Amino acid sequence: MNFRRGKFGAFASAALLALSLSSALGAETPKKGGILKFVVPDEPPSFDGHRETTFALIHPIAPFYSVLIRVDPKNPASTTDFVCDLCTEMPTPSDGGKTYTFKIRKGVKFHDGSALTAKDVNASFQHIIFPPDGVQSPRKEHFHMVESVSAPDDETFVMKLKYPSGAFLPALASPYHFIYAKAILDKDPHWFEQNVMGSGPFVFEAREAGAAVRGKRNPEYYHAGLPYLDGFEAIFAKTQSLRVQAIRGDQAAIEFRGLPPKSRDDLVAALGKDITVQESDWNCLLIVTPNSRKKPFDDVRVRKALTLALDRWSGSRDLSKIAVVKSVGGIVFPNHPLAATKEELAALAGYSSDIKAAREEAKRLLKEAGAADLKFTLANRAVDQPYTIVGTWLIDQWKQVGIGVEQKMEPTAPFYATLENGAFDVALEFNCQSVVNPLGDTSKFLPNAGDQYGGFKDPELSKLYEAMNRTGDVAEQRRLMRAYEKRAIDEEVHNFITFWWYRIIPHRSYLKGWNISPSHYLNQDLSMVWLDK
Amino acid sequence: MYFYVFKRLTLMIPTLLGAAALVFFLMRLIPGDICTLRLATGGGSINPNVVKACRLELGMDQPLLMQFWFFIKGLITFDFGRSMWTGRPIVEEVGLRFQLSLQVAIMATLTAIALAIPLGTISAVKQNTWIDYLVRAFSIAGVAMPSFWLGILIILAILITSKALFGSPWMPPIKYVPIWVDPVYNLSMLIWPALATGYRYSAVATRMTRSAMLEVLREDYVRTARAKGVFRHLIVRRHALRNALLPVITIIGIEFAFLMGGLVVTEQVFNLNGLGKLFVESVSNQDYTMTQALVMLVVAIFAFTNLVVDVIYAWLDPRIRYRR
Repeated sequence: MNFRRGKFGAFASAALLALSLSSALGAETPKKGGILKFVVPDEPPSFDGHRETTFALIHPIAPFYSVLIRVDPKNPASTTDFVCDLCTEMPTPSDGGKTYTFKIRKGVKFHDGSALTAKDVNASFQHIIFPPDGVQSPRKEHFHMVESVSAPDDETFVMKLKYPSGAFLPALASPYHFIYAKAILDKDPHWFEQNVMGSGPFVFEAREAGAAVRGKRNPEYYHAGLPYLDGFEAIFAKTQSLRVQAIRGDQAAIEFRGLPPKSRDDLVAALGKDITVQESDWNCLLIVTPNSRKKPFDDVRVRKALTLALDRWSGSRDLSKIAVVKSVGGIVFPNHPLAATKEELAALAGYSSDIKAAREEAKRLLKEAGAADLKFTLANRAVDQPYTIVGTWLIDQWKQVGIGVEQKMEPTAPFYATLENGAFDVALEFNCQSVVNPLGDTSKFLPNAGDQYGGFKDPELSKLYEAMNRTGDVAEQRRLMRAYEKRAIDEEVHNFITFWWYRIIPHRSYLKGWNISPSHYLNQDLSMVWLDK
Repeated sequence: MYFYVFKRLTLMIPTLLGAAALVFFLMRLIPGDICTLRLATGGGSINPNVVKACRLELGMDQPLLMQFWFFIKGLITFDFGRSMWTGRPIVEEVGLRFQLSLQVAIMATLTAIALAIPLGTISAVKQNTWIDYLVRAFSIAGVAMPSFWLGILIILAILITSKALFGSPWMPPIKYVPIWVDPVYNLSMLIWPALATGYRYSAVATRMTRSAMLEVLREDYVRTARAKGVFRHLIVRRHALRNALLPVITIIGIEFAFLMGGLVVTEQVFNLNGLGKLFVESVSNQDYTMTQALVMLVVAIFAFTNLVVDVIYAWLDPRIRYRR
């Protein structure tokens, strides 16, 4: 928890107190009833969780569906705890870690009254992992280790792997893996794109195009006593200032994605004890990608100079006051067991606390590479938080070693066209994931990844990644992860990290039972949320 | 008159076709495409095969001229197809937004007329007095102040005032409910954007009314009426205002058409789920089919409004004749 000091100190203290109270009230008896109104920055393109990748689908639609397993809703901050939703207990893998047998709850019903069985779970994962022709499944690749899925009877669902993988369970716990009715999928695999019919805590009521999605309580929900709310209304509001004012004016209780520090401070100043703030490291990171196809960025010395010039530690302190970034880290989510420790980080280029020495080294490398008067354009998204702010900070950092940089900001679609076409010098981009799954999330740094725009070849890096994903031994995974990380952002500097994002959720204090997680995709079924009104 | 209207309606066809060609090809000049956008902004890795399947599903693999032909064929048969972003029928997507935009446009127009005509007339009649200066200052401020900025000020003022008066801040609703479902809720949401846009709209119309009135008041027939001893208010109302209204009607017509699709920023400020917001979203999502349909709708509204303005001209001024 880190609040701005100064004139907002008193309000921040009030918010801190409110948060402590909120924790203490965790022991309170939840109240039933009420309609939760919350704002969502975007409207999802469709209702199909198997097809979409945006959080804008999760916030309004996840409450209608069940999943097989999920992050622990009572402890969503944990990056390693997974619990059953539709299964009865987390399975112990057999066959040397290659077979997972899930027992499915009895008596679960879809909202249309039909029974949910292992056959439906099986059909849903077939739809995700082995999609029929014409069905888009963007997370299919997350299950590269899966050989087959089957449902030998109505209560048993089996997943067989080609090899044991530490990335499997986190991939399975993705909040997008809604369980659909087999009967409907068999008739029309696209039905769920335009319709909603799940078995989750809320029943779909209505969608108003561009305006809102409404849900009401599922009286037959299988988790006893849940949900507490009578219903919810997810209101789409594109403008951030309006979302903040909506919370201030009580037209909405919360926005689940995250707001910048200034908005938090404004709300705390305006509402005092009526606002509670929850904060967390965010499983999103800002990455700088030099274009290795272009001179002089094909020279590792130039790439290394770019990362050496950054004073990440002071940048973190200063930028966290104005932008949704904070933690300094490597390629793995900070504080995860596979993440680099502070000492390990210090050994990587650009993470030294002796910034003077690092910048001298950067200048030497640039001179040696014949790029002492380097000038380039930084391609960036025309999105204020945190892209423009961090982009501006980067320009200043690079100026310290004599590099002249111009920032070219483009709307999202043209920006991605620039990246895809390789028409850039250096780009500031991002990697944002749901479940913290370092073995999967770090695939971004592979030369052949779909979202790798650096244009380099590095078979050694791919080999390290492959080895890391095929071992079940955590110590070995950690060792390989360090080697992979060192090669990606230190030795070869194909990409380098600026900061990890920081999630700030100020919400109305009457909203209880919702705990922040490291991702805006997680813990969003709203079943445990209640209103203290 | 009937022939004139028929001729004007026929002339709309090349206008619509020209607009259709422009929007179709200009949209495709913007770099990037809808599939990359949909998959990339999720933040995870992008599978090139999924992007390919998406492009195939949306017909983006077809030759450009073929795509244009499908678009024109759809226009001719009034089949606007489906939004590439949501996959839903465009008519359904536009329907809800249209009623909101229409209501805001009507409310803003009524606000503008209610302010502009009396203020513009008084300002002209009382030229170079303090009343005139006051009205001119009011209208210049309205022209200079963007509606969205005024909208932000209105929201902040409501939040601050309500907190001062009632102890907790209140904000106008941010989700539209049709007026026949809940008139109070509906008006408590839409009155503020109508005022914000109506003020700017009225400012333009006030200045136009004033200058037109000043011109008419100097006409010979007005002087004659005065010489004949006609009451001043009758001269203003019957002889001057009716003739001065011609350019004002033009302004009101153009502004009304603009309000139907052009309240891009103001709609964002008040979270109005109108055509302007849909326009911005469909362009930024590279939703070609939706953007094309919206442009055609706005072009049709402009063309139709111009026709209505011309017909009102004839009604206001019998000297205007429409001949073959």
